[in-house]
Amino acid sequence: MSHLEQLRRSLAIAEKDVWIYYAKGPVMVFGIIFPLFLIMAFTIGRNMTVVDLFPGLMGMAIFFTSTAVGPAILPWETRSRTLERLVTAPVEVWALLLGDVIASFVFGILISLIPLSVAVLMGVEVLHAAVFVLGMLLATFCFASLSILLSVYPPTDVPATVMMLSSLVRFPMVFISGVFVPVDQLPGWGRAISSVSPLTYFVDLARYSISGISYYSAPVDLAVMTVFAVVFLVVAIKLHERFLPQRFS
Amino acid sequence: MDAIQVNDLTKRYGGFKAVDHISFSVVEGEIFGFLGPNGSGKSTTIRMLTGIVKPDEGTAAIMGHDIVKDSIRARESIGFVPEMANAYVELTAWRNLMFMGDLYGIPRSERERRASDLLKRFGLYERRDNQVRGFSKGMRQRLLLCMALINDPPVLILDEPTSGLDVESSRLIKEVIRELNRAGTTVFLTTHNIEDASQLCERVAIINRGVIIAVDRPEALRQAGSALYCIEVSFSRSVDERELSDIPSVREVMKFGDKLRLYVDDIDMAITSIVDYARIHNMKILALTTLAPSLEDIFVRLTHKTGAE
Ligand SMILES: Nc1ncnc2c1ncn2[C@@H]1O[C@H](COP(=O)(O)OP(=O)(O)O)[C@@H](O)[C@H]1O
Ligand SMILES: [Mg+2]
Repeated sequence: MSHLEQLRRSLAIAEKDVWIYYAKGPVMVFGIIFPLFLIMAFTIGRNMTVVDLFPGLMGMAIFFTSTAVGPAILPWETRSRTLERLVTAPVEVWALLLGDVIASFVFGILISLIPLSVAVLMGVEVLHAAVFVLGMLLATFCFASLSILLSVYPPTDVPATVMMLSSLVRFPMVFISGVFVPVDQLPGWGRAISSVSPLTYFVDLARYSISGISYYSAPVDLAVMTVFAVVFLVVAIKLHERFLPQRFS
Repeated sequence: MDAIQVNDLTKRYGGFKAVDHISFSVVEGEIFGFLGPNGSGKSTTIRMLTGIVKPDEGTAAIMGHDIVKDSIRARESIGFVPEMANAYVELTAWRNLMFMGDLYGIPRSERERRASDLLKRFGLYERRDNQVRGFSKGMRQRLLLCMALINDPPVLILDEPTSGLDVESSRLIKEVIRELNRAGTTVFLTTHNIEDASQLCERVAIINRGVIIAVDRPEALRQAGSALYCIEVSFSRSVDERELSDIPSVREVMKFGDKLRLYVDDIDMAITSIVDYARIHNMKILALTTLAPSLEDIFVRLTHKTGAE
């Protein structure tokens, strides 16, 4: 069976995910309100400008929206007993997971366009638009892959368990990614820690896009995000292949 | 070619053998049943056939496609309804079918045509634009069958298709299974219900604790499992069971309320003797029924036999 055909089935799965998991009132409201709330929380009453905050805020918006729903999909399908039928269709595990990643990706991109528009309206000028767009696509894909990786273990049918565990990863990641303090102002150990988070590189790239200043260079940021995306995706596929059977008993 | 060919299939969970070196084959065009109590390894066997669970030992092929080496091909040749499965309740019946069709790479126009046909046949066409959330259990099971048939599969695999259904849905589903089979579909189903197995299946494998203990036609299993007939009789007043067991050819007597059940070797001799017994003791016979040995008797005998080993 051709990979292209499998890819088309991924798209069908992504479409299903969008209808079932994303096109829901509360999810949309969360997706839209949360980044705007972040913008307000960080600008109101502080003498930092939107321009100063833009890289970190965009980073958080993309990161939180593209990892918001992904981890819950497999536990949810296990619980609602739709998973066995789904995984016995002639679809490879990679294609199935890629479908979930694509859904998270689409949601992340669409929702992040809102804070991006608000920022632009508030006077943020994106100098290197092409680099920024590429970075945004890559980062969203990378985080969407991470969201699928987060549901690997335990192979539970309780979405809340997975969401709680994934929050334990997601929130600390924001703190070590140069969102609140730019990487170049961190101490050496801080920089070392921040280098293991893919979000660091997107924030760095976003800073470059609006000011021309960055700690790493734009090509490095893009390359590292690509590596993270591939690693997350491959590891997620391998581990899901291993643990998926345990979801049935 | 056999529709399903299974050789020495084995699955262990830790040290526990959920499925233990089972072998059988399902001939094209038959309805083959897997009959066994809960936890006997029926679903695990099916999950190996559908490619979710990797066998530890043994091989299996569906329509000639190896379930491990050629899993996608094997899956393309089956329609499957898992045990206690559900369609997506947030989607409409129609969307569920379109999604399934997509997963099998069926072109849109073909998908739509098949979906309409199936929904009409299963009495769901009027409800096609309703969310599955509002469907009854029977309707959901019918929709799952539609979803299993969207790829027009040569082999249909059903894990406990009628369990927990109301009588009407259960009957409809059994009718559809027979109808599909008449049209050429091979059916492999599991059940823990003996009646379903004997009503539907041409051949039955009896499985217990991961081991197949018999494979045969339900009628042959009846005869092989027990040569004993059963007579149910009730008299105009109560009698001593022990006296009845002295009647020639009676092997065993059990009391069921005001009825007595006698297991006998020779049905003719037994009935004559019972009539004599009633006359001697000046009693009337209120009812007398002969029962062929049920599959349940055989099942209990066979499973107890292996259980004791
Ligand atoms: N994923 C699993 N992990 C551990 N044990 C399992 C798993 N799946 C099934 N089993 C065990 O294997 C045995 C057979 O189960 P199953 O095939 O579901 O039986 P059946 O379908 O006949 O009721 C049961 O004892 C069950 O507890
Ligand atoms: Mg079962």
